[in-house]
Amino acid sequence: MKQTRRNILKKAGLITVAGMTIPLGALRILTPDEAIALTKNDQRKRWGFVVDTTKCIGCGLCVKACKLENKTPYESNVARTWVERYIQRDDGQVTIDSPRQGVEGFSTNDPLGKSLAAEDISKGYFVPKLCNQCDKPSCVSVCPAGATYKTSDGVVLVDHSWCIGCGFCITNCPYGARYFHPTWEVVDKCTFCYHRITQGKNSACVDACAFGARKIGLLNDPDSEVQQIILQERVTVLKPESHNYPQVFYLGLDHLVI
Amino acid sequence: MHKFIDKYLNTTGRATLALLLVALVAVAGHTMVRKLVVPSFAAVDGDYRYQWHRVDNQQEWLDWPVSHRGNTQCQGCHAPQYQQIANHLHAKLQCESCHGPAGEHPVDPPKLTVDSSRELCLRCHADLPYRPNNYGKLSGKNLTLKMIVADEHFPEMECINCHNVHTAGY
Repeated sequence: MKQTRRNILKKAGLITVAGMTIPLGALRILTPDEAIALTKNDQRKRWGFVVDTTKCIGCGLCVKACKLENKTPYESNVARTWVERYIQRDDGQVTIDSPRQGVEGFSTNDPLGKSLAAEDISKGYFVPKLCNQCDKPSCVSVCPAGATYKTSDGVVLVDHSWCIGCGFCITNCPYGARYFHPTWEVVDKCTFCYHRITQGKNSACVDACAFGARKIGLLNDPDSEVQQIILQERVTVLKPESHNYPQVFYLGLDHLVI
Repeated sequence: MHKFIDKYLNTTGRATLALLLVALVAVAGHTMVRKLVVPSFAAVDGDYRYQWHRVDNQQEWLDWPVSHRGNTQCQGCHAPQYQQIANHLHAKLQCESCHGPAGEHPVDPPKLTVDSSRELCLRCHADLPYRPNNYGKLSGKNLTLKMIVADEHFPEMECINCHNVHTAGY
């Protein structure tokens, strides 16, 4: 067909009519769980993580192991993974704290430094957090230096020698998973222990957890416990409204968890 | 070369040739310097939005040293201790959670610093109203985490004065 104005207009008309026949429902954004179901058929490796908050007792050994494994200064107030404590009192007031990222664990009942009577507490629990290794990481989108990226197996890494330290990624992470490294003076974040998982080991925090609250595995490996849990149990992700498609799945989350 | 230029090129031609040569040297120089100074970047899977990165960086992360070696590594030399703890209630604990990361032990560090402080034990055993203390699902057995009220249970003493961590369960 000759490329005349008439023909182009004809084609445009056809495309518009064809487009109108697609139901609106087909254009909606997939939920993370649906996205996971789709990736089941994806042959590429994709790392995923499961946190079972009902098993976490707040010992903080995961944070300790992470800091020592990944050379995050132990006394500093930053960590690649951290444990939060949520306490709801009888009067409905909620306290959330994570003293020194939980590296020393929680051994006293004093949220935010104030002691609390056991009978005043209606519920309380611990929530371990780490980088969600999002499928669409907003931290990567905003990096002006090209210093952070997602690997093809789905782990978001920071190129320490290319990072200019502008901090855009820190403010654009919905999960607060990034921080300035005090001695390297660049941005640092959880890598799922990329050096360990690629050697067939578990992440340091996963090994350190004696209670099985943390699990790492390949999302599209039918033998991985992570896939089993995601497909069979009632998992959820943090802040799905960010549309970052996080790859850390939680069991036993509560509406209080932010 | 000079004769060739004198024979075939007039002044304008010579000037053009000189300019071309200068341009060629400049482009070659720029390419070489760029190659040396700017590392190579690539977008894996054609994903320029999220996977654009300095190619060498991924290897740098793969080369990060492993510090926590895991209990099976400890078993190699410390088999009796490994066996002892494996038969008791602390079986799920990593040796390195208390003894510190092995790294290249026994070369570097030659000796590990064990943390046998009361604070370490209290991470798990301090009684908190919201601390789950039953682990039946974990092992198939009805395992209960022993809780102590830290202020009342011999607060001045170290736990290891009475309790043997490797044979926990009493």
